This record gives sequence, structure tokens and C-alpha cells, in this order.
Amino acid sequence: MTQLVLFDAFNGLIVGAFYALMALGLSLILNLSGVINFAHGGFLALGGYFAYMLIPYVGFWGALILAPFLVAFLGIIVERVLIRRLYGRDPLYSLLLTFGLAFIFEDGTRFIWGAQSLPYQVPGWLLSPLSSAYFFITGYRLFMVLIVAVAVTAMFLILNYTKIGIRIRAGTLDLETVSVLGVNVRMLRSLNFGLGVYLAGLAGVLAVGQLGLQPTIGASLIMPSFVAIIVGGLGSLPGTLLGGLLIGVASGVTTVFWPSATEAVIYVMMAAVLLVRPRGLLGEEGRF
Amino acid sequence: MNSADFRKQAPNIVIWLLLLAMPFWLVGVGGYVELGTRVVVLGLAAMSLNFLLGYTGVLSFGHAAYFGLGAYGAGMIIRYVVPNTGLGILVGTLVGTLAAAIIGPLIIRLRGVYFAMVTIAFGQVFYFIAFRWNSVTGGDDGLIGWTRQPIDLGFTRIDILHNPTAFYYLVLICFALAVGIMAWLLRSPFGRTLIAIRENERRARFLGIPVDRHIWISWVISCCFVSLAGALYALLNNFVDPRALYWTQSGDFVIMAVLGGMRSFWGPLLGAAIFVILQDYLSSQTENWMSFLGLFFVLVVLFFPRGILGLMRRKAVT
Repeated sequence: MTQLVLFDAFNGLIVGAFYALMALGLSLILNLSGVINFAHGGFLALGGYFAYMLIPYVGFWGALILAPFLVAFLGIIVERVLIRRLYGRDPLYSLLLTFGLAFIFEDGTRFIWGAQSLPYQVPGWLLSPLSSAYFFITGYRLFMVLIVAVAVTAMFLILNYTKIGIRIRAGTLDLETVSVLGVNVRMLRSLNFGLGVYLAGLAGVLAVGQLGLQPTIGASLIMPSFVAIIVGGLGSLPGTLLGGLLIGVASGVTTVFWPSATEAVIYVMMAAVLLVRPRGLLGEEGRF
Repeated sequence: MNSADFRKQAPNIVIWLLLLAMPFWLVGVGGYVELGTRVVVLGLAAMSLNFLLGYTGVLSFGHAAYFGLGAYGAGMIIRYVVPNTGLGILVGTLVGTLAAAIIGPLIIRLRGVYFAMVTIAFGQVFYFIAFRWNSVTGGDDGLIGWTRQPIDLGFTRIDILHNPTAFYYLVLICFALAVGIMAWLLRSPFGRTLIAIRENERRARFLGIPVDRHIWISWVISCCFVSLAGALYALLNNFVDPRALYWTQSGDFVIMAVLGGMRSFWGPLLGAAIFVILQDYLSSQTENWMSFLGLFFVLVVLFFPRGILGLMRRKAVT
């Protein structure tokens, strides 16, 4: 029993790491530009498919590095051509636009690669269990958690110690002042969007090894990412990270005791958090 | 009625006449009655959403949840409790309204995109319940094994199952009631207050208006009529499946409202008509209708952000 709970909690932690990675990207874009990027799931799926295409040429490691950059590049193009026009307008419009994009991405990937799940190869040595007692801790799973940890740490380092990161954080608080101080806000938003989408692409490359490569993978991960942001606290990146891991583990543990409630439990958690602490676990008072 | 009054009322009269005569002219132009019923049902849903979106200025992206609750409520009453269409509609509407009333206090403090995000996330609970609770809801296959029942008026029975025209008029009666109540509310001091909140929330607050309570009431009213639309939608199809609750359905309602024109009372109905016909056409023409629908969203946002009626009104002014 204990082992079963541990197994599902660990599984939940991995899924939670994907939620967190995706939610961090969403949060970055939401905080700076006020755009809910519904197409985030589509970008995640593209990350997986790009990796699938790249692996025969550059191998798994090459794909792990290249695919997210390709996704980020595509994201920046989308931002420049479409989303940029809607800044400063009613948030409704950017919401609908990315919503339409999500449809196009999901259907587009289905059109190009087919609706069925594609075989996705991770290096064999990563797949073997590390110990017989804890058979579920395969190298690939540890590896995923590790990569996510590295990516998140890198992101926080960038945000705290580089000029561009500091500008992004400043822009989150007061974009107008940042603009007046001579920062090119359009460029900043583009880069920020690229960074957010990069995280989605990275999550995609890793997630498809665990969850399977199919067009609907993005749609199935985006709602929990919203919940992660709300539970963790709107506007707080550490909160988003915490929220993602928390709901992942919670839904993993629920699988043991009440399998049918696996998906629903995170929304119940969200309701509980909103009831007791409307700004979310780590959200700042009075910002929303 | 003097001529100025008449000119003001003329569009309303034309719309009602068109709706009343729909089963006759729609078949003439190559449609079928069920298509008209679908337009009216989804039009009601979009107009209800617009009560909140266009007139209160609150961005809800989760109305599909209450639409779906209305649908499941109606279907389950007829399937499991009593085969009575009227009761199904009533209970469906009540279930959706009640859920909205309970969730309301949790979310009304949020605004803008954050409100949208929380409403859409909450909607998913009901989706997963419907999806997972196989034994009661039929799970992914949907709730089947029931049909809408004849309506017994005491002196006569109206067979709405095999007579699509009769069912259309039942739907139109519900539509007229709901739309009438919404129009009346919007003209009342309460409705004016909602518009004041939309225009300048801070000023409304300074005037001593309990803004949160008003938004909560507006949210409940909006969800009430959207659940009514959901109940009618279930009756129309004799079937409910979890997709009626899914978040993409909420997006469909919002695009209908935006396409027709959020600032006009009848806009969402027009948007719903265009959307239904387009979807009907696309899904019969291509397997990739989702892409075209997505493209349609993008084009509407980029080129018709004010909606068709908004555009027409602007032309008339200049």
C-alpha cells in the first residue's frame, strides 16, 4: 500500500512538474502582457512533434535542445504577427484569438501527423528501473524531474540576475514606467512570449515520453495549468511552481483511493483555495 | 405610437416576425426546421452570456458548464425520474442556476482575464464528473435512452417529438420569456446599474453601489438563462454528452456574442445564426473543420472586433 501511494505520488510529481513548467510559461505571458495563451497546449504538442521529427537526425539530446527553440521561434512569430495587435485592447480579444489558434494547432498537428499516438523513443538506458524495490523510479522519470528542476532554476536565475529578466519583472509591476525609462517594451514582450512558449516546448519534448505523442496532449494539460496558476497565486511565479507540483501530487495520490476523481480533485482544491485564500497560496495581497 | 417610437421598435418587430415565421421561410431557403431551433437555442445561450459580458462587462469564459448542467438536468429528469418535458426544463434550469449561485461568491472578486481563467477552470469540474460518472451520466457516450415527451395541456396533447415545428414553437416560447425578462431587467434601474459598473467600476463603487453583489446577481441571471438554453438543447438532440460542458463550448458562446456585436441586444442571436450555419456547412464539407473554425475566430478578432451590428451602427453614425 505504502509503495502504491509512493508510486502514484511520484507519478503525480512528474505530471505536476509538467503542469508547473507549462503554467510558468503561461504565467510569464499573463503577468507581463495580460494575455491568457490558450494556444500554450498547442505549442507544447508542437514541441513533442518537432522532437519526434528531429530525433532521427540529431538524436534525443539534440532534439531536447533544438525542439523547444524551434517552438519559441514560432511563438515569437505568432506574437509579432497576431497577438501584438491586441495589446491594450479588451483582454477578451487576445483570449479569443489564442483560443482560435489552439483549434488550428490541434487540428493542424492531427492533419500533419495523424490522430493516432506516435512511437516516441527515449534512450534505452534511461528506461531501466534504478532499484527493484522502487521499480517505478526509472531513469527517465528522474531525468525528467531533473530537467524540469534545471529549467525552472535557470528561469528564476534569468529573471533575477539578467538585465532582461529584471526588466520583465519590472514590466509586470508597471509596464508604463518601464517604457518611459527607455526600455523597448515591444521587444520585451516578444522575448517574454518566446521564453514562455520555450517552456511549453520543453515540457512537450519531455511529456510525450511519459504521456504519449498525440494531438490532444496539449488540450489535456492546459486546464490543470490554469488551476496551478490560480492555486499558487495569480501573479506569483514561485506560487505557480508550487501550485503545479501540489495539484500533480494531489491528483496522483487521489488515483490510489478514488480513481474516478483523479481529474476532478484539482478543481475541488482550487475551490477550497479560493474560499479560504482568494489570492492563492503565494499571491500578493490586493493585486487582483 | 408615433413615428419616432415606431422607428425605434421596427427592428424588434422585424426580428420577432422573422422568428415567428422561421419554420416556413427557412425550409424555403434550403434549411430545415431543426437548424432554426438550434439557432434559437444557441442564440439564447449567447444572449444570456452577453447579459454578463456585454452589459455588465464581466468576462466569463465558463458558461458551457451551466449550459451543460441544464442539459444533463433535463435529460436525467426525463430518463430517471418522470418523463415530463416541462419538469425537465424546469429542473435543468434550476440545477444550473443553483450551481452558479454557489460558485459565484468564490469568483466575483476577480476581474478581467483572471475572472475568465477561474470560470473556465471551474467549468471543468462538471465536465469530469459527467465524463467519469459512467453509471449515471453515460460517460463519454453521453446520456441516451430518452426522448422529449409530448406536452399535455389538459385538453390536448402536443407531440413535440415527431413534429419539429411544434418543438420549435415551444423553444421560441421559452426564448421569448427569457429574452423578455432580460430586456426588462436591462431597462430597469438594476440594468442601468450594471451598465454603470461596466463603464466605470470604480465610480460605481464610490457612488455606494455594492458592485460585487450586482455582479453576482448578474452572473446568476446569466447562468440561469444559459442553463435554460442547455435544457432545450438536450431536448432538441434527445441526447447529452460531456462535450456540452467542455471549455471549447464556452469559447463558441463568446465568439457568437462577439461576432454579432456585444454592445447590441440582438447581436449574439445574429452571431449564433452565422456560427451555426457555418459549423453546419464546414463539418459537412471538410474533416478539418476545426482549423477553419479556429481561423474564423482569428479573423473575427482581427477584423470584426465590434461585431456585425456594431459595425453597422458605426456606419450609420458616420
